[in-house]
Amino acid sequence: MSGKVYPIPGGLHPAEYKDISNDRPILVAPLSERYVVPLRQHIGEPARLLVKPGYSVLKGQLIGAPEGRISAAVHAPTSGRVIAVEPRPVAHPSGLPDQCVVIEADGQDTAVEMQPIAWRDLIPCELHQRLANMGLAGQGGAVFPSHVKLAPSPIPIETLILNGAECEPWITCDDRLMRERATEILQGAEIMRHALGASRILVGIEDNKPEAAQAMQAACDQLKLGNAEVTVVPTRYPSGGAKQLTQLLTGLETPSGKISTDIGIQVFNVGTAYALYRAVELGEPMLSRIVTITGHVAQPVNIEARLGTPIEELIRLAGGELPEASGHLIGGPMMGFELNDTAAPVVKAVNCVITKNLALFPHHPPAMPCIRCGQCALVCPASLQPFEMYWHAKSKNFDKARAYALLDCIECGCCSHVCPSHIPLVDFYRFAKSEIIAADRASQASEIARQRHEFQLLRQEREKREKAERLGKKATERLDSGAVAADDPEAARKKAILEGAIERARQAKEAARPQNTENLTPEQQQQVDEIEARRTAPPQDTETQA
Amino acid sequence: MIGSPFVLKEHNTVRFTMIKVMAALIPGTLAYAWFFGPGIWISLIWCGLLGIAFEAVALLMRDRPMQPALTDGSVLLTAWLLALSVPTLAPWWLYLAGMFFAVIVAKHFYGGLGQNLFNPAMVGYAALIISFPVYMTQWVGPTNLANYVPNLSDAFDLVFIGGSITPDAYTSATILDGVKTAVRGGHTVADALGLPIHGLIAGKGFELVAVMYLFGGLFLISNRLITWHIPVALLAAIGLTAGGLQLVDPAHHAGPLFHLMAGGSMLGAFFIATDPVTACTTPRGKLIFAGLAGFLTVIIRTFGGFPDGVAFSILILNSAAPFIDAFSQPRVFGHPRGGRADK
Repeated sequence: MSGKVYPIPGGLHPAEYKDISNDRPILVAPLSERYVVPLRQHIGEPARLLVKPGYSVLKGQLIGAPEGRISAAVHAPTSGRVIAVEPRPVAHPSGLPDQCVVIEADGQDTAVEMQPIAWRDLIPCELHQRLANMGLAGQGGAVFPSHVKLAPSPIPIETLILNGAECEPWITCDDRLMRERATEILQGAEIMRHALGASRILVGIEDNKPEAAQAMQAACDQLKLGNAEVTVVPTRYPSGGAKQLTQLLTGLETPSGKISTDIGIQVFNVGTAYALYRAVELGEPMLSRIVTITGHVAQPVNIEARLGTPIEELIRLAGGELPEASGHLIGGPMMGFELNDTAAPVVKAVNCVITKNLALFPHHPPAMPCIRCGQCALVCPASLQPFEMYWHAKSKNFDKARAYALLDCIECGCCSHVCPSHIPLVDFYRFAKSEIIAADRASQASEIARQRHEFQLLRQEREKREKAERLGKKATERLDSGAVAADDPEAARKKAILEGAIERARQAKEAARPQNTENLTPEQQQQVDEIEARRTAPPQDTETQA
Repeated sequence: MIGSPFVLKEHNTVRFTMIKVMAALIPGTLAYAWFFGPGIWISLIWCGLLGIAFEAVALLMRDRPMQPALTDGSVLLTAWLLALSVPTLAPWWLYLAGMFFAVIVAKHFYGGLGQNLFNPAMVGYAALIISFPVYMTQWVGPTNLANYVPNLSDAFDLVFIGGSITPDAYTSATILDGVKTAVRGGHTVADALGLPIHGLIAGKGFELVAVMYLFGGLFLISNRLITWHIPVALLAAIGLTAGGLQLVDPAHHAGPLFHLMAGGSMLGAFFIATDPVTACTTPRGKLIFAGLAGFLTVIIRTFGGFPDGVAFSILILNSAAPFIDAFSQPRVFGHPRGGRADK
């Protein structure tokens, strides 16, 4: 059943801890009393708010519309009343609160009318438009708005990859979803394939999830998807990275600075395919997702939770925290982040909540000097030299860090994991990357300003020159008039052409005068004059001109 | 706040790394004690104590925290390697001078652990062989050939008090020295290898110590503390260079096997050239680094003024390692072939 697996560089195999949460069926969370729905749950612009406190909303009603090209819609997870729109704690690495719509459930769970989309009758372009308001966003971690990825692309998409690798330790939400709802996932994938015009579907699943792989294969057979292939890949973190899984399944290496779309491959998480299935076949926007609640809790389990459910409620559903818990992580231990407040709601990106204790997640020992042992380079999936990048990032030698391809780092954490000196390498890379990006922006801005300034100088120079030429010409004309025309027809002809050109230029200048300044009040005229005076004043300082 | 990852590999510390490398030195050290008497324990302990003392003094003067650096095991490893490189039963101040150069000059003048350009133990060795060549060539002979074998308390007296026994009674030149002297004196390599000190391949006792170093080195590779590149390239280069010279003039050049098993070849290939701080780090760089070091080792042994060339060739290549690294960067994922990271 398994297709060919190609080798990829680096990677490692941290302790999995998956078996503590993957043996129980998905638990559907009961209706909460209150939902907190952030307007920013995806990469790109936050959704534009459509409701106010006091509004009544129905389940599935649009409460935030996508704003701009890269954005996703936000919907009410149940029926009830909007009681507040305010900043609330959210699950974000920054730990900062963000604008949320707080909905008090009425317990009725009345839904808006949901219309399935007859996708087989729609051309990809129409399907793309119909999906724009469905709120779909990638569930693998990057939360990129899905309809954007499904838009017709200038580069033909040949292959659709379904990412079921789930390579991070602890997380089992995709595992359970594939075991229990494989048919729906593959139906979603088939819709994706249709939208993209792809010819084949490759499903990649790590070999620590044999049940999921079997279920997916059985669903393929049942749906008679001849163009779909389930491939079992070795359990080796970070096989679930988009570029990594692409290479594992196709042998193709995504060029630096590009995405897999550029080489004709589109990658979606299995959870996203499932959400798309619901959006198209049931007409239901993205209202819920599967979240693994695991770690130091009584009964680790996967929960189907509506977006907006406070995370503390899910921890209670998993039997609650055990004594001596020491905090929470969102996502896996390799790339996740610390959660400050369990009142924060489930959002589209939250695939896992790990309750920590000090036995499972001990404090990092103090960092020692780098001994250049090269363990980091051996595990780096991007074939980087992490210790060199660390050296230059630490000494703030960002150009050098960049020369060592720092921007190709995917921040998977393998290097930090194996470092015998316990250096928080990835933190150094994040710092250096943000500095580099900020410096790039600043240099771009100053480049634009420099060009503008140079053009301004050029223009002023040209205007001065033209004026001088005009004056000079007038003077010669006065001297030459009459005398020339009589004895030299050629000179007279040239002069006529010249005069014609000057006259045309004068008319053009007349025509270019502002048209709407005829009937100004004296105040307006004064304002105009002031502005004009400021504008034509000689430059004081190149900085302020810029 | 420290970000992801939140889990680190277990039992993975600098100290544990150093301990494992020292563990890999145990078979060779035991063989050394077996063939050359208990003097090695005296120099080992004395070098270790000196190492800790110098490290502590350096940290104090540099105003650095004591505990992490003193307990990371790095200075003990340096001491161990120096003790194995210097003849045993030499006077106490010889080790002191060696450890001073190793720890104070080579390590802390450059900024301590991870910052040194040159391998500390080899700097100590080089300083000693240049400054005190006579002491550095008086190696204790194999116990089964000597007419006098110092026991532990004699050894202690010889090192710290200076005995009435002349070193000639228990020391001799190594086989590398023997071959060199013989060839210089107009004899052939075969004459030198006929000496009783020669043993089977490359010096009685020394050759079996070298085999033990080889086993220790294989332990390092199997534990992923080092990669195969440096030892394989270094030993291959020694073998090829020695083989080439032997082909040209068999009478005056010992063969590949002799050069591989003699002197510091095995210790250097597995334990010294592989020092990650001072060696190349890229796969291709490691091959170039070690290949050149192996070539230079045989050249220095054959044409140079010193009996062994391992230390000097490694030190020379240490100085070139950053340069070689810069020009041997591996291709980054998604980058075109032939690209270079450091431009």
